[in-house]
Amino acid sequence: MSGKPPVQAARVANEEGSATMSTGYAPEVRERLETDAKEIIGRYPRPRSALLPLLHLVQSEDGYISDAGQEFCAEMLGLSKAEVVGVATFYTMYKRKPAGEYNVGVCINTLCAVMGGDQIWEELSEHVGVGHDETTEDGKITLERLECNAACDFAPVMMVNWEFFDNQTPESARQLVDDLRAGKEVAPTRGPRRLCTFKEASRVLAGFPDGQAAEGPSAAGPSLEGLKVAKANGWEAPKAEGSSE
Amino acid sequence: MTQLTPILTRNWDQDDSFTLDGYGEYAAAKKALGMDPDAVIQAVKDSGLRGRGGAGFPTGMKWGFIPQGDGKAHYLVVNADESEPGTCKDIPLMMANPHALVEGVIIASYAIRANHAFIYIRGEVVHVIRRVQAAVREAYEKGYLGTDIFGSGYDLELVVHSGAGAYICGEETALLDSLEGYRGQPRLKPPFPAVAGLYASPTVVNNVESIASVPSIIANGADWFAGMGTEKSKGFGIFSLSGHVTRPGQYEAPLGITLRELLDMAGGIREGHELKFWTPGGSSTPIFTAEHLDVPLDFESVGAKGSMLGTRALQIFDETTCVVRAVMRWTEFYAHESCGKCTPCREGTYWLKQVLKRLEKGQGTEDDLATITDIADNILGRSFCALGDGATSPIHSSVKHFRDEYLKHFEIGGCPFDPAASTVWGSK
Repeated sequence: MSGKPPVQAARVANEEGSATMSTGYAPEVRERLETDAKEIIGRYPRPRSALLPLLHLVQSEDGYISDAGQEFCAEMLGLSKAEVVGVATFYTMYKRKPAGEYNVGVCINTLCAVMGGDQIWEELSEHVGVGHDETTEDGKITLERLECNAACDFAPVMMVNWEFFDNQTPESARQLVDDLRAGKEVAPTRGPRRLCTFKEASRVLAGFPDGQAAEGPSAAGPSLEGLKVAKANGWEAPKAEGSSE
Repeated sequence: MTQLTPILTRNWDQDDSFTLDGYGEYAAAKKALGMDPDAVIQAVKDSGLRGRGGAGFPTGMKWGFIPQGDGKAHYLVVNADESEPGTCKDIPLMMANPHALVEGVIIASYAIRANHAFIYIRGEVVHVIRRVQAAVREAYEKGYLGTDIFGSGYDLELVVHSGAGAYICGEETALLDSLEGYRGQPRLKPPFPAVAGLYASPTVVNNVESIASVPSIIANGADWFAGMGTEKSKGFGIFSLSGHVTRPGQYEAPLGITLRELLDMAGGIREGHELKFWTPGGSSTPIFTAEHLDVPLDFESVGAKGSMLGTRALQIFDETTCVVRAVMRWTEFYAHESCGKCTPCREGTYWLKQVLKRLEKGQGTEDDLATITDIADNILGRSFCALGDGATSPIHSSVKHFRDEYLKHFEIGGCPFDPAASTVWGSK
C-alpha cells in the first residue's frame, strides 16, 4: 500500500465542500509541507501511522501544533480534524500554544528530584520568571517539568529541545538559560556540537535526519563505568565454544 | 564473585562504535539468513532469553506464537519507548551501539517472517533517534536492509518511528495503537499481538535490549548464552545503577548478580552514607531495603522476595531520602501518565496523589495509611494494564517497610528530612 488512498480521500472531502482547504499556510509553504508529508506517509503500510510524525512536522514549521497544522494533517490523511486533535492532545511533546525557541526541561521524577532536580527547578523557575509550560516574553525559553528521561545515572538531568544536559546544578542551569537567552552557542553533554532549535529538532523527529548523528561521544561518563571496571579487572564475556579468538 | 560480561556495552568506549565501521559486518544476520527461520526461533528458545523490557517473557516462545502460513503480513515492532522511572539502559545502548539493534531486527524479522519492522523510540531523545536513523541508513546502503538481503531473497523494510511523550506507550498494545496513529491506550487482551497486533496482523513486540542480544546468540550459540546467568534466568543484562552511589552507571553482568556485588564495583553508597531503600527494576517494582542486598537479581529470586526484576533499574537512595516524598513523586508520575481509559487507574492514581501530598506535608492521619492501601488494593489487578498495577508497588512496599516514617510525618506535622541533604551537592 502507498500513501495514495488518503490523498484521494481528501480530494473527495474537498469536492464535498468541507473546510479542509482552509489551511492557513502560504502556497509555497503548503507545497513544501505536502512534499514532506507524502514522503512520511509513504514509509508506512497504512497512512494513518504517519500521524505522529506529521504532527512533529507541523511543530517543525510552526513551533507548536497550530490550527492550520491540524487541518493539514487531517487533509493529508483523510481524517476529521477532531480525530487529529484527539491524538495531538494526548501526547505531551505536542505543544498546544506557541512555545519558545528552546524548550528547557528539568526532570522532577523521584530520582532526579531527590538528587537536586527539585532545587534546580525552583531556582530556575524563579530566575527565569516563568512556571511550567510557560514561555518568557522574549519567546526564547519555555520551561517544563519533565518526567523520567532515561538518563538517571546522570542525575540531575535537564533536557533542552530534547538534547541531554547531564549532571546539572542550580548554577549550571541558570548559566545555561542565560546563555541561551544571550544567543551564545550551547552544546549538549551528549549530542551535537551546536544545540538545535525546537523547530529543527522537531524535523528530526518527523524522520528527516539533519546530518549530525556522528557528532558527540559514543557514550560518556556513567555509561562507561561498568566497562571500565571490567577492563580494569580483565573481565570479558565467556568465549563461544569452538571460537578461534 | 560474579564478574561483569561486557557484550552489548563492549564497544561503547570506541569513538566510532555507532557506525558500521565500528560495529563490524552483520555476520550474525548473514548466518541467520542462511538458516531455516524455525531454526532461528529454536536457537533463541534454547538460549533461554527472556524479555529485557521488564516482564521477562521468553523471547523465542513469543516468536513461536506467530502463526505461519496464514497469508497475512507479519510485523516486528521494537519497543524503544524506555520511560519507566529509573530505567536508562536502552537509550545509551541505542546511542552507542545502534547496529546491534538493527542487526537483531533483521534476524528477528526473518525468524517470524516479517517484511516490515518498526523501531518505536520515545521522542524525547533526539540524539538517540539520530544515531538509530543513521544506523538504519547505513544498513540500507550496505544492502543489509531492503530487498534480497545477503542474496537470500529475503526483503525487509525498517522504519524508525518517533513517539511524542507518553509513558503508557511502553505498554505493548498502547504502543501499537500509537504506531497506528491513535491515542496510545492499551487494548483488551486477548487477542494478543501475536494474533492481532499492528493493523490486526500477527506482530511481535520486543524490547530493545532483547532484540540487541539476539545477534550474539546467533553468532555464539544458544549454549554460550545459556551458560551465563541462573537456571531460569539465563544470559546477561545491563544493570543500571543510579542515585546515591559513588559511581552510578551501566554494568553489564550475568543475571543473578547481587546489589552487594554491583555496589562493590560501583564504589559503594556515596561516602559517609548508608543504603536505605532501592528499586530492583524501576518504580513499578516494589522497593527493597538493605536486607535485600544479597538477593540474586534474577526473575525468580527477586520475585520470591516480593518484588520484580523489571528492567534492572537500580535506583539507590541513602538515609537522607524521605521515602514518603519519593513515593509521592512516583505517584504523581503515574497520575500524570495514566491514559484515562480505565476507572481504577485514572481515579485511583488521582486520589492517591491527593492523599500522599497531605501525608508528605504532615497533615495526614494514620487513617490515611489505610486509605492509600485501600485505594491501591482497588487498583491492583483491576486496571486495564500494568501501569495501574505498577502504581501500587511503591505504595504497598513503602507502607510495609517504612510505616514508622509515614507516622513520623504526622507526629511532627511535617517532613522530618532536609531535602538539601539528599542532593548531589548537599553531601559536600
